[in-house]
Amino acid sequence: MFAVRSMLRAGSRAATPLRAFSTSSMRQANTLLFVEHKNGAINPASLSAVTAAQKLGGEIHALVTGSSSHAKAVAEAASKVQGVSKVLVSTSDAFSALLAEPIAPLIESLVKSKSYTHVVAGHTAVGRDIIPRAAVCLDSSQVSDIIEVQGEDTFVRPIYAGNALATVMSKDGVKVVTVRGTAFDAASTEGGNASVEEVDAGEVPQPTKLVQEKMSESTRPDLATASRVVSGGRALKSSEGFAKYIEPLADKLKAAVGASRAAVDAGYADNALQVGQTGKIVAPELYVAVGISGAIQHLAGMKDSKTIVAINKDPEAPIFQVADMGLVADLYEAVPELTEKL
Amino acid sequence: MRASLVNQLRVLVPVKRSIDYAVKIRVASDGKGVDTNVQHSMNPFDEIAVEEAVRMRERNKDAIKRITAVTAGPAKSQDVLRTALAMGADDAIHVEVPGPIEPLAVSKILRAIVDKEASSDEIGLVLLGKQAIDDDASQTGQMLAGLLKWPQATFASKVELEGKGDKGDKVTVTREVDGGLAVVETHVPLVLTTDLRLNEPRYASLPNIMKAKKKKVVKYSVADLGLEKDIEPRLETLKVSEPPQRQGGAKVENVDELISKLKEAGRI
Repeated sequence: MFAVRSMLRAGSRAATPLRAFSTSSMRQANTLLFVEHKNGAINPASLSAVTAAQKLGGEIHALVTGSSSHAKAVAEAASKVQGVSKVLVSTSDAFSALLAEPIAPLIESLVKSKSYTHVVAGHTAVGRDIIPRAAVCLDSSQVSDIIEVQGEDTFVRPIYAGNALATVMSKDGVKVVTVRGTAFDAASTEGGNASVEEVDAGEVPQPTKLVQEKMSESTRPDLATASRVVSGGRALKSSEGFAKYIEPLADKLKAAVGASRAAVDAGYADNALQVGQTGKIVAPELYVAVGISGAIQHLAGMKDSKTIVAINKDPEAPIFQVADMGLVADLYEAVPELTEKL
Repeated sequence: MRASLVNQLRVLVPVKRSIDYAVKIRVASDGKGVDTNVQHSMNPFDEIAVEEAVRMRERNKDAIKRITAVTAGPAKSQDVLRTALAMGADDAIHVEVPGPIEPLAVSKILRAIVDKEASSDEIGLVLLGKQAIDDDASQTGQMLAGLLKWPQATFASKVELEGKGDKGDKVTVTREVDGGLAVVETHVPLVLTTDLRLNEPRYASLPNIMKAKKKKVVKYSVADLGLEKDIEPRLETLKVSEPPQRQGGAKVENVDELISKLKEAGRI
């Protein structure tokens, strides 16, 4: 919304920072980076967020939250991430599900007590849940899903399903930013040597409890970070179609499986596989779109792929306008042939 | 016998008027925004939120007392309130704001509405879309929950309310998270945001559209809510540009040619 029209109050750049600790106009960035982790592993989006945060300059302190059994090991791993100068680790059983209510107040209190200028996190389901709640408590207008850092207050982000790019300048004292993982390289998980400091969790609100997780089990690479993705659309006609045509091709290519919204809504593929504006944003080396027409909402999720291959029997399908290699063919013949010949 | 009708839940459903999802947007010639002189409609995620509120009442008549739709925007945004009313909302609130506003400001407006209504008919559940398809921010629900210090359940694909709409009633929500689903237990008062698969919104029938014209829309200005300062933008849009256009490549004749091209490009 803010990006739709130019602001009328041009020129009033100076906002009131939460705490002015420098008289110089050049404020040194001091970033608090929220680390997302699961099963002891740091989420790749958090590593991309480190790279984005490095472009702000200044120090990066990584915040690791979790149960005492998990957080210490993740903090250890975070201390080795290149670019991180300090790891703050806070443990509480209330943190283990990475829910917003306990974690947002911790971020708020850390930013206020340690005068961070930036809060940065990956624009993942977890980041999207927690970070706005922290931002509002800091009275900061969050900048979501950035794809470029132009300065410590200026960011580029896609709007309208990626059909326009907005360059926005934040006038807030604390800049709160979530980062599109595929737009920044992951920071190296070796070579860093950050100190680890424990932070007392204090009183932790926990009005929401995780009762069950139903994760899609797959031995294939993670969709959001895979270097190759094979996606199917409505033309597959059934979940059996996915199993028979998409999965063997994905296995041959060691690729992750994706799906269009139409295929997910029709029940042919799991929700977690949806690629697009409202699903996953991917940017693999190779994206193979099978039986996908290429609605703008789908293109928003994959058009930054290095090479796009489209297999579709409709030569007019919009997917061909973005595909580097297009094959106009019946997928039921072409895909098995491709799988076999690879 | 019910203890008291007052305990029944009043649901607030914020809706946004945005450019219709099917419109191919164009960057405006001044490079400061997009051409907004096009078809608008209710943000699709908000339709799902309205639908869910109506279905919650259909499922559990005793628990939901009233559904109030609310929007913040220019005079034209009344259209989306009428749509919400035709879908089954009982009444509506229009906060008139001339220009575009950021999620932070919207969350403050919504909190002011919740506070204002608390004296007469308290709101116990706020149901929002998970994101607006124009700014794609995905912030407002979470920000509102933070301001109200209520629990939040974001990206819901299934919602089960237990009880009669009393404070503290258990709500079980299935959330769409990366890699699958997470089921959480929380309680009212609550802020919920909807994911695509929560439901299939109904079309408003003509009789319902006619009925909706008679339903009440209360209008507030930002000044009525004492928020003139709070809606000032914090983000300045320096530029809006077209994304780099991909060059659609050539079509290949057959699978063999596709494989050799992929090899040439070093992708396999």
